[in-house]
Amino acid sequence: MKILGIESSCDECSASVVEDGKHILSNVIATQIDFHRVYNGVVPEIASRLHTEWITSVVRRALEECNVSLQSIDGIAVTNRPGLVGSLLVGVSFAKGMALALDKPLIGVDHIRAHLFAPHLEYEISYPYLGVLVSGGHTVISKVDSFDDITVMGTTIDDACGEAFDKVAKYYELGYPGGVAIDRLSEQGDPCAFNFPDPSLHKGDHRYDVSYSGLKTAVINQLEHFRNGESVMSKENIAASFQKAAVMMLIKRVKRAVKDTGIRTIVAGGGVVANSLLRKELKNIDRTTVLFPSRVLCTDNAAMIAGIGYYYFQQGEYSSLALNASARVDAFRKKYP
Amino acid sequence: MLKPGSVITLDGPLGAGKTTFVKGIARALGILEVVTSPSFTIISEYHGTIPLYHMDLYRIDSIEEFELIGPEEMIDGDGISVIEWAHKVKDFFPERTIMISIKIEDDRKRTITVEGSGW
Repeated sequence: MKILGIESSCDECSASVVEDGKHILSNVIATQIDFHRVYNGVVPEIASRLHTEWITSVVRRALEECNVSLQSIDGIAVTNRPGLVGSLLVGVSFAKGMALALDKPLIGVDHIRAHLFAPHLEYEISYPYLGVLVSGGHTVISKVDSFDDITVMGTTIDDACGEAFDKVAKYYELGYPGGVAIDRLSEQGDPCAFNFPDPSLHKGDHRYDVSYSGLKTAVINQLEHFRNGESVMSKENIAASFQKAAVMMLIKRVKRAVKDTGIRTIVAGGGVVANSLLRKELKNIDRTTVLFPSRVLCTDNAAMIAGIGYYYFQQGEYSSLALNASARVDAFRKKYP
Repeated sequence: MLKPGSVITLDGPLGAGKTTFVKGIARALGILEVVTSPSFTIISEYHGTIPLYHMDLYRIDSIEEFELIGPEEMIDGDGISVIEWAHKVKDFFPERTIMISIKIEDDRKRTITVEGSGW
């Protein structure tokens, strides 16, 4: 069973053919990063225009690379939520057009669910597991019971983890991209030069939630206040201390989730998982196995869309041609109790 | 004070409490979802008693760039638009705009200034 996957939720234009939800036959990813670099981030209008220009050739290449004809595709899976609406619409419209013309089933896929599914393309993993997704736009600690049954245990109540890295790096001119720059500077810095606070989230059910806004404020506006004795105010020390606080905030919640659920398998994903301290600390969590998908499956890609799409396809959960794009997913937002 | 069509600009340095201020507006509108920073997607939309459009121009540097995102739809729409880091494109906004700036006095103290006419 071959599923064609299409992903265009942000700045990656990707198409992939995956067999039986497991074997990646092709996974073409055209990144727009060079077009957005001057803006220090993704500009929605530029992203959707580039998707429009690129999508035909990206899909064609994905089919050619594995020598699969359009007719032998069994279904078309496409990311339709969450993301930048203009970008999502390009992929969704394209997939709808193909589904109609070829008379094949269409499957709308949730991008976050697909990220949490991605490691299945590389590992044999049994449910349940804890899915930890950390990127510039998302910070999610979740319990994954099946490809479609995901319970968000904790999330950010303000800034995403990667966003805090970017903002601190931009403020102190540490380099771009911020996450990579901070990771590198931290190697020469003292992580105890500043004792940045861990947020105490006591309002309602925030046991696994993180908050990066307070840490960002502490690092940017209250540096002196958190200085440890006579520590040197160097970029290296700021980077190392911030990185430690940012990573340990998340680790503390993940450990709590491990303890409370008794689940011993952790699957990590998202761009921030490239951070060396986060990787090290996740691996150090007692009596757990941590799986990191390869770099290509951590970033936005269509293989994970085609992969999870297969399971919806098997259950006959097709989308109609009225499928629409949506910027956000309610299920991944926690509500105030 | 706020009604459909209201436009609020919010300025102040990183960590001043702009997003926190928006959280307050959201709660007043009966929005139950957690309001998070829209720096990544630039625009977030919430469904309250009146729709809330939350924009963050942290990564935007000019009116031209801002216009590419299509903000008129929201500003001329029937919701309340709140725009963080708006000073970068201040000439863009209509006369009825309420301008709020937050100044950091010290760790625990902020001065909030509200200006505007025609509301």
